[in-house]
Amino acid sequence: MQPGRAEKRWMYETMLLSRRYEEAIEKIYLEGKQPRFDMAAGPIPGEMHLSNGQEPCAVGVIAHLEAHDTVTATHRPHHQAIAKGVDLKEMTAEIFGKKAGLSGGRGGHMHLLDPRVNFVCSGIIAQGLGPALGAALSRTMQGKPGVAVAFIGEGAVNQGAFHETMNLAALWNLPLIVVVEDNAWGISVSKKDSTAVERNHVRAAAYGIPGHFVPDNDPIAIYDVAGEAIARARRGEGPTLIEIETDRLAGHFMGDAEQYRPEGEKDALFARDPIPRLRDQMLAAGELSAEDVASIDAAVARRIDEAVAFARESPYPEPSDALEHAFHPVT
Amino acid sequence: MPEEASTRKLTIARAMAEAIAQEMRVDERVFVMGEDIAALGGVFGNTRGLLDEFGDKRIRDTPISETAFMGAATGAAMDGMRPVVELMFVDFMGVCFDAIYNCMAKNVYFSGGSFKVPVVLMTSTGGGYSDAGQHSQCLYGSFAHLPGMKVVSPSNARDAKGLMTAAIRDDNPVVFMYHKGLQGMGWLGTEPAAIVPVPEETFTTPIGKAAVVREGSDVTIVGLAMGVHHGLRAAEQLAERGVSAEVLDLRSLVPLDREAIIASVAKTGRLIVVDEDYQSYGVTGEIIATVVEHDVRLLESSPQRVAYPDVPIPFSRPLEQFCLPNADKIVAAYDAMGH
Ligand SMILES: Cc1ncc(C[n+]2csc(CCOP(=O)(O)OP(=O)(O)O)c2C)c(N)n1
Repeated sequence: MQPGRAEKRWMYETMLLSRRYEEAIEKIYLEGKQPRFDMAAGPIPGEMHLSNGQEPCAVGVIAHLEAHDTVTATHRPHHQAIAKGVDLKEMTAEIFGKKAGLSGGRGGHMHLLDPRVNFVCSGIIAQGLGPALGAALSRTMQGKPGVAVAFIGEGAVNQGAFHETMNLAALWNLPLIVVVEDNAWGISVSKKDSTAVERNHVRAAAYGIPGHFVPDNDPIAIYDVAGEAIARARRGEGPTLIEIETDRLAGHFMGDAEQYRPEGEKDALFARDPIPRLRDQMLAAGELSAEDVASIDAAVARRIDEAVAFARESPYPEPSDALEHAFHPVT
Repeated sequence: MPEEASTRKLTIARAMAEAIAQEMRVDERVFVMGEDIAALGGVFGNTRGLLDEFGDKRIRDTPISETAFMGAATGAAMDGMRPVVELMFVDFMGVCFDAIYNCMAKNVYFSGGSFKVPVVLMTSTGGGYSDAGQHSQCLYGSFAHLPGMKVVSPSNARDAKGLMTAAIRDDNPVVFMYHKGLQGMGWLGTEPAAIVPVPEETFTTPIGKAAVVREGSDVTIVGLAMGVHHGLRAAEQLAERGVSAEVLDLRSLVPLDREAIIASVAKTGRLIVVDEDYQSYGVTGEIIATVVEHDVRLLESSPQRVAYPDVPIPFSRPLEQFCLPNADKIVAAYDAMGH
C-alpha cells in the first residue's frame, strides 16, 4: 500500500510539525532551568520525554486512521497526539499546566487525553495496551466502526500486560494493532540487555497472529505495513503486531546526560534523521517543490507560534480547582 | 548508633548506596536488581558506584518486568539470598503488587515462620516537582496497611544508612521508601536538612523506633520523611509566637512506635499529623486512632491532620502546591485547635 501525493505531503508536514514543536518545547522547558537544572522550575516543570526521531512511526500508522479510531500512547506521546489531531493549542496549554489545557492542567505532558479524537496516554509502561484492547472490544460489541492502535516502546514488550493483551486480542479476534517503536533504549538499558529475542515481531507467532518488522525508520514502509494491518482489522480479521526500528534523537527525558550511549551513536542517528530524508526523496521525485518546502516551513512555524502564544497567555487554574473532577458529576 | 565521630555529610542517595555496599562486602548473599540501577546508578542515585565495585552479576539491571523481578526477589530470598530490589517509583506498584503483598509479604506467615523472606524493596515516593498523578504518590498507607511487610522511610541521611543496614539484615520483607525531594539530587530540588553527618562505619538504626527530632511541650507534630521537615519549619514558626512544638519523626510505619507517639502527646496534649499520602484510610488516621484508643483524655483538643486531599495528584504547579502539606498548613492546623 503506497501513500498518494497528498498523504505523503501530510506525512511530511506532520513530521515536521512534530519536530519543530518539540524544538520549541525543548527551549521553553529550559527557561528557568539554567544554569542549575531544577525540574520543578520554569514554565514547563516536571519530566519531559521528547519523541524527536520517532515521527515516522506516528505518521505512517495514523495516516490510515480517522478521528473515531482509538489511539493509546505512552509517556512519550507528542508525535502521536499531533498526528491524531489533538488540538495543538489545548495540548500546549496542558503541557504548561494552564486552565485552557486539555484537562485544565491536571494531566500534563504524560497524560494528554482528548475524547474528540479518541486519544489517550499513560505514563505507566505497557498500560496503554489494555485500554486499547477494550476500545477494540467495545467497537465489536457495539457494532461501531473503528480500530484501536496501541503505541508502545520496545521496553514495554517485556511487561505482562503485553502478553496478556496479545493473547486476548487474538482469542477474541479484535481490531487491535500494537505498534512497537523500537528505539533500542529503555532509559539507560539497551534492548540487547533487556530482551531475550533480537526482534520483537517474532513474538506474534506465540499468539498465532501476523507480526511485521519495518526497518530503517522509513515512514513510507511503515505506511505500507500499517495500511495492510489496519485494513485487515477493519475487515474483522483480527490483530497485528508491528515492530518499527526507530531512533530516539534526544535523551530519555530532558536532563538525561546519556552517558550510557556508545561514543558516536548520536551522530549516526542524526545522520539518518528521517525528516530531511523524506523531504529530499520527495524533492527528487518531484512530489515537493522548493516553494512547497518553504511554505510548509512557514505554516508549521505559524501553528507552533500560535499554540505557544495561546499557552503562555492562558491563565493558570485556580489552585483549589485541584479538588474538582476526581469524579464525573452525577448525570 | 555510634557517637558521631565524623562530620562527613552525605545525601540520602549516597547513604543508601554506602549501606548497601558495606553489607555486600561482608555478605555474599546480598545483591541488587531493578531498572537502571547498574550503569546509571539508579534514577535517584541510590545505587551509584555499586556496579563498578561489585560487577553485573550482583548489580543487575532488569527489563521493565516488575512482576517477574519482584517475584524473583521473593524466590531468591526464600532460597537463601538477600536481595535488594528497586521499584523505581512507588506508583509502579500497580503492575506488580501481587508479587509483593500476596507473596513476598505472606510467605513467612504461610510457612508458619519456617521460611525467611529477607527482601529489601526500595522505592521512591513523593511529589512537588510537577511529575503528575502517576509519578508523585507516596502510598505509605497502602504498604503499611497490608500485613507482612516492615515499612520504613527516612527523613535524613544518617537514618537512611542505619535503616538500610537494618533492613538488609532483617529476615522479613522491608519496604524502604525514600522521598525524591530528600534524595539530594539537585534536579529534584534539595532539602538541606536531609544532608547530615553520617558515620563511615557500619551501624543500624532500629526498625520500629521513632525519634524526637525537636523537643517541645505545647503540641506534638508527627510525620515521616518530607513531613518531618515541614514539621520542623512549622515548629520554628510556632516558636516565634512562643508556642513550643515537639516534632516526632516516625522513621518506621511498620512496626509503628506507638509508645513514642503516646508519650509525646501525653506531654503536650495536642496532636497534628502530617502526611503527603492521601488523607483518608491512611497514616494520619492510624496515628490519631493510636492516641484515642490508648486514652482519649490525653487530648486537650481535637487532633488535626495535614495530609494530601483525596484526589489524584495534578500536574499544574499551582494545583499541586495547593494540595501538598507545608509548614503554613501545620501552623494553621495548630490555630484551628482553639486555645
Ligand atoms: C511499569 C513501569 N515501570 C517503569 C517505568 C519507568 N520508565 C519510564 S519510561 C521507561 C523506559 C521505557 O522504555 P520503552 O518502553 O522502550 O519506551 P521509550 O522510553 O524508549 O520510548 C521506564 C523504565 C514506568 N513508567 N512504568
